[in-house]
Amino acid sequence: MATVSLTPGTPSILSQKPRSLWRESFRRLLRNKAAVIGGIFIILLALGAVFANVIAPFDYAEQDLLLNNAVPDYLMWAMPAGAEGYARITDKFPLGADSLGRDVLSRTIYGARVSLAVAFFAATVSLLIGTIYGTISGYAGGRVDNLMMRVVDFLYGFPFLIIVILLQTYLKAFARRGAEGVFASKILEINDSMGGMLLLFIAIGLVNWIGMARIARGQVLSLKQKEFIEAAHSMGSGDLRIIGRHLIPNILGPLIVFETLAIPGYIFTEAFLSFIGLGVDPPTASWGIMISEAVQGIRSYPLQTLVPAIALSLTTLAFNFLGDGLRDAFDPRMAE
Amino acid sequence: MGRFIIRRIIGFIPVLFTVALFTFVLVRAIPGGPFDFQGDRALPPQITANINAKYHLDWPTHMQFLSYLVGDDVVARVFGGIYAETAGESRGLIRGDLGPSLRYQSQSVNDIVSGTFPISFQLGLLALTIGLLIGLPAGVIAALKQNTWLDYSATFIAVLGVSVPSMVLGPLFIWLISVKLGLLPAATWGTKPPFLLGFFPSNLDWDFWSHAILPAMALGIGMSASIARLTRASLLQVIREDYIRTARAKGLQERVVITIHALKNSLIPVVTIIGPLFAAVVTGSFIVEQIFGIGGMGKHFVTSIGNRDYPLIMGATLVYTLILIVANLLVDVAYAWLDPRIRYD
Repeated sequence: MATVSLTPGTPSILSQKPRSLWRESFRRLLRNKAAVIGGIFIILLALGAVFANVIAPFDYAEQDLLLNNAVPDYLMWAMPAGAEGYARITDKFPLGADSLGRDVLSRTIYGARVSLAVAFFAATVSLLIGTIYGTISGYAGGRVDNLMMRVVDFLYGFPFLIIVILLQTYLKAFARRGAEGVFASKILEINDSMGGMLLLFIAIGLVNWIGMARIARGQVLSLKQKEFIEAAHSMGSGDLRIIGRHLIPNILGPLIVFETLAIPGYIFTEAFLSFIGLGVDPPTASWGIMISEAVQGIRSYPLQTLVPAIALSLTTLAFNFLGDGLRDAFDPRMAE
Repeated sequence: MGRFIIRRIIGFIPVLFTVALFTFVLVRAIPGGPFDFQGDRALPPQITANINAKYHLDWPTHMQFLSYLVGDDVVARVFGGIYAETAGESRGLIRGDLGPSLRYQSQSVNDIVSGTFPISFQLGLLALTIGLLIGLPAGVIAALKQNTWLDYSATFIAVLGVSVPSMVLGPLFIWLISVKLGLLPAATWGTKPPFLLGFFPSNLDWDFWSHAILPAMALGIGMSASIARLTRASLLQVIREDYIRTARAKGLQERVVITIHALKNSLIPVVTIIGPLFAAVVTGSFIVEQIFGIGGMGKHFVTSIGNRDYPLIMGATLVYTLILIVANLLVDVAYAWLDPRIRYD
């Protein structure tokens, strides 16, 4: 009987490493320049956010009231005509100072913390709840599926923005008043140490799992008729094992793609809530708060609005590029 | 179709009721009341008690909700006792009365809504028009000229457009067009009540347009980018269908193939996102109205919560809910028109 030797270096198709779906997708992703640039930008931004206290020249709350609304000399071209008459020109702050004399650049760097944290936690919460809910609904089928999807349909018709606003007002009012129970006061303590971010995660994450649940259910419905699930059944696998080992790993790819494309929405929601005063607590720096505080004075000091605005746009742009790239990589039919 | 619409409109009632109940309970659970002034502005307890009695704020919450729904005259007649002591102030939601505003004395919520909602409506309608006027042609051109420079630049601009929120576009326009170039006014809205037919601007002159262009663009450009992206993707898919090949094979002109056969079918997914986009217009209008100092309903919605102006919060919430569910209904009706295979009966 002839033996096939599989020593390393043999130019045989068998000796090549098997290409998994994930590896193949990753290779396609790396070929997409815009997605790679977006990914690198997000990694750099995340590093900047984590090490904000090292990179930023000032603390986000540090005030120099004598130099409020300061503008550096090299940016005077961006100011309205006649700004020489009223603006304080100083090079102490790289991108100028806001109306309370805080460094705009440092606050923008610290603001990345809030936006990225919201992006990450809201995405995780909605992915977790949505996947579990949608998988159970699609896998169970029949009456359970019907009931669970009725609930989703009903919630879908709700004006979510309003619910987030009400929820956030409610949570914040309680946070101000202080809580009685051990659990509640612990949560408020954590929330305080995070500058009000925890409540924001809860509010945004709680309302965004619905779309994810629908997608997860659709994926499960199309997969559960496939042969490999039938095979798993015939080998005596239990429901939990099939869901955990066979279904969820196979639907996770598309779900992560959808989640990446939803992240700009979460970042916008945070900025919006901070803009109307229901987001993080001052003096925590967030791009939404910075824009909302500066926009009243935009006619005299446009830079204070434009700097956080550009940071916000570049970040969502990077997430959109990365999300588009991921979608093309996971579903090559879309790319062409 | 008619029966479907009627059934859906009846279906609005439980949604509106649930939203009303949820909002009512949640808003009243928020600590602090509408007349809890602090420091120098604090009211003597007797006066607070009298005001609370006037607006039934001393009633149990479920009785307040009942009175909000059916009117306090009905509650007084049915329950009597302490509920009969106060005169009929509101006629209740079912008779179209949203109650008195607690903060804007002597104005009813109906007055406030009918004075400010039309402005938000005009802004939203203009933004949606801009979104469709830019987004549809851009998406179609990008798809027909796939993989040319036209396609690449349209796609790139579209990604840029969805990434820049109105919170950024608004200040950018003010800075560039109003402050630097001095071309258009940076604030206020160019038309006042009374409105044409209760909703539309009464003066369609330069005064109206010059004030409307910037805010409507700030809201509409993001929308046009989403529409363009979706139109392109959908048209690319439709163009590869067999029936398009058949249409070409039987010798139809390319123009006819695209406009009659391809375009209508490719609009189906586009229509789907107009519902969510409309919700985005609502969000955007809060911000755009504040940035441009426009006196629409967005401001009231945000400030009424801070003021604990309960009836105004309820009114604004219900009006927005109604808009969203009506928009979703219109989307479903448009579906059936675009795709005759979809039947609702």
